[in-house]
Amino acid sequence: MLVYAFLYLPIAWLALVSFNSSRSVSEFTGFSLQWYAELLDDERVLQALDLTLRLALTSAVVCAVIGTLAAFGLRRAFRGRSAWALVLTLPMVVPEVVMGVSLLAFCVKLAGIPLGFWALLVAHVSFSMSFVVVVVRARLSGMGPCLEEAAADLGAGPFTAFRTVTWPLVLPAVAAGAAFAFLLSFDDVVTSNYLGGVGSTTLPVYVYGQASKRGVSPEIVALSTGMVAVSAVLLVAGVAIASRRARRASSSVVEVVGVPQGG
Amino acid sequence: MTVQPSTGFRPAEQRTPDLHAPVEVGIHEVRKSFHDQVAVDSVSLRVHEGEFFSVLGPSGCGKTTLLRMIAGFDDPDSGRIELDGVDMVGVPPYRRDVNTVFQSYALFPHLSVRDNVAYGLRRKKVRGAELRRRVAEHLELVQLGRFADRRPGQLSGGQQQRVAIARALACEPRLLLLDEPLGALDAQLRKQVQIELMRIQREVGTTFLYVTHDQEEALVLSHRVAVMNAGRLEQVGYPEDVYERPATRFVAGFIGTSNILDGQVSGVDGQWVELSAHGVHRLRSALPEGRTVRAGEKVAVTVRPEKLHLHEREDEVPTGWCALNGTVADVVYTGVSTQYVVELPGGGSMVAFVQNARRVSDAGTPGQPVCMAWDPEFTVLLDESLVDEENNDVR
Repeated sequence: MLVYAFLYLPIAWLALVSFNSSRSVSEFTGFSLQWYAELLDDERVLQALDLTLRLALTSAVVCAVIGTLAAFGLRRAFRGRSAWALVLTLPMVVPEVVMGVSLLAFCVKLAGIPLGFWALLVAHVSFSMSFVVVVVRARLSGMGPCLEEAAADLGAGPFTAFRTVTWPLVLPAVAAGAAFAFLLSFDDVVTSNYLGGVGSTTLPVYVYGQASKRGVSPEIVALSTGMVAVSAVLLVAGVAIASRRARRASSSVVEVVGVPQGG
Repeated sequence: MTVQPSTGFRPAEQRTPDLHAPVEVGIHEVRKSFHDQVAVDSVSLRVHEGEFFSVLGPSGCGKTTLLRMIAGFDDPDSGRIELDGVDMVGVPPYRRDVNTVFQSYALFPHLSVRDNVAYGLRRKKVRGAELRRRVAEHLELVQLGRFADRRPGQLSGGQQQRVAIARALACEPRLLLLDEPLGALDAQLRKQVQIELMRIQREVGTTFLYVTHDQEEALVLSHRVAVMNAGRLEQVGYPEDVYERPATRFVAGFIGTSNILDGQVSGVDGQWVELSAHGVHRLRSALPEGRTVRAGEKVAVTVRPEKLHLHEREDEVPTGWCALNGTVADVVYTGVSTQYVVELPGGGSMVAFVQNARRVSDAGTPGQPVCMAWDPEFTVLLDESLVDEENNDVR
């Protein structure tokens, strides 16, 4: 119970005061939606929200495609496979500040990508893709070659076997990986701070900027609550889909969604 | 290998498959190695149509590799695998008229039991009423009709096993391969599914090629058994043959309990070999057809523990029987029979199973001198030509 209190009390308080009728964040005086209303009027917030969502969605899709291909590629036996797999998961442990600086240097100095949406996309894909690879690989290795052999044995050629057996079984993992990539992009501050440039501020960067400049204002509290809500809904939905699939497919929930928690 | 000359026992008629039936699977001099490790070493086999044929051997003997080559998952390094006379090497598994029941079942977890059974039929473009009829028919065959809408994950191990069998049989293959299909079941369930398997095979008449490490299972289920060890076939024959007349030291030791005596040929008398072992010179063994021995040759013979009779005095032994004197070292009462471990004077020991037909109080006691006797027709001369020099000790 103490652990849960420790984890969730600050967030619960944040959510509560976002509905406060006064500007105070230490005292609840009455219920009101005024701060949310103000947010929706704020051009900068809406712009940041638009950018963040576009970025997170694109990043999730790109990660899902490339990451799944990489996971399938790593399934074949070839020399140095484990080394390649390790390198692919390294971005999970590289400090984000280092990642941000190196991507900044890469984008601006080497690749000539202007700061803004495209630079942000490259950055987000590069640090989120590992998670898709890890989740999909876990699923593939959990499946083993046995089911595909069974499909071949029953008369399915390679393409049919993939369409009817491999792909339906891997899909939940791809979806879970993509959801995770979306969340990573949606929540990122450090890297986005480096690569956003002028006029391309993501929501988390905006919150960070406002909070550090002006202190914790009710608008920021409301915005933060909104972000927590989006993340939580996505996570719960992801787990629900995965566990329903898993129950039907009799494989464990952990296998599908539990892996990235270590990263 | 052909059937050994009959010496008193004959395979039960009703279990004899039609050996004049066309050869369905012909395996010729098949070899396969993985990274310099020989898995299957020039194996040749013929399985006839409608036969329940088992490949029996310890884990790692190459039996699963052999099965995988017949299914098409692996290709042999050399040799031919013929199905109905057509060489299958290089033909992918999805173009072979062979289906497999996997050890791990390998049921598709995202499909219902019905769709699992229908999977192979759909690949063969069977549709509509015909599809429904054949799926229902095969679910009935394994008595799982009412579980058609379940997912495999909601079934017990034994039920999943039966789905796997129905799924493979629904394609009506020429040959069904079964890779230790009962390996994951507990002892009670194994017995049940064994009987089920036998019933299904007799009912559909499909040729079964069954891989197992369980000797009892192989003996109970099969028309014929091939015993495999270290990538090679040691013996092929009826269950009775393989048990009563093991061809090699390995077969004698792997199937049931055996007493193996190392001795020397002292003379040959027509069909009979006279040999000496443990200081006794009048042991006799039938000479298998096609085998020649010369006096002085070192040989090994085996005799099953239940063939031994224990006598208190040597003069009780019927004339013409083989006899060895020893001392009772251990007596274990096992219910149906009593197991005696008898130490031989020259070192080594033999095991005798004596049916508890008499009063148990008549059983011998440790330390008591005893004479073991048996009808010489139960002495089996072993073929040691397969044994590699360096492996001699291990076996």
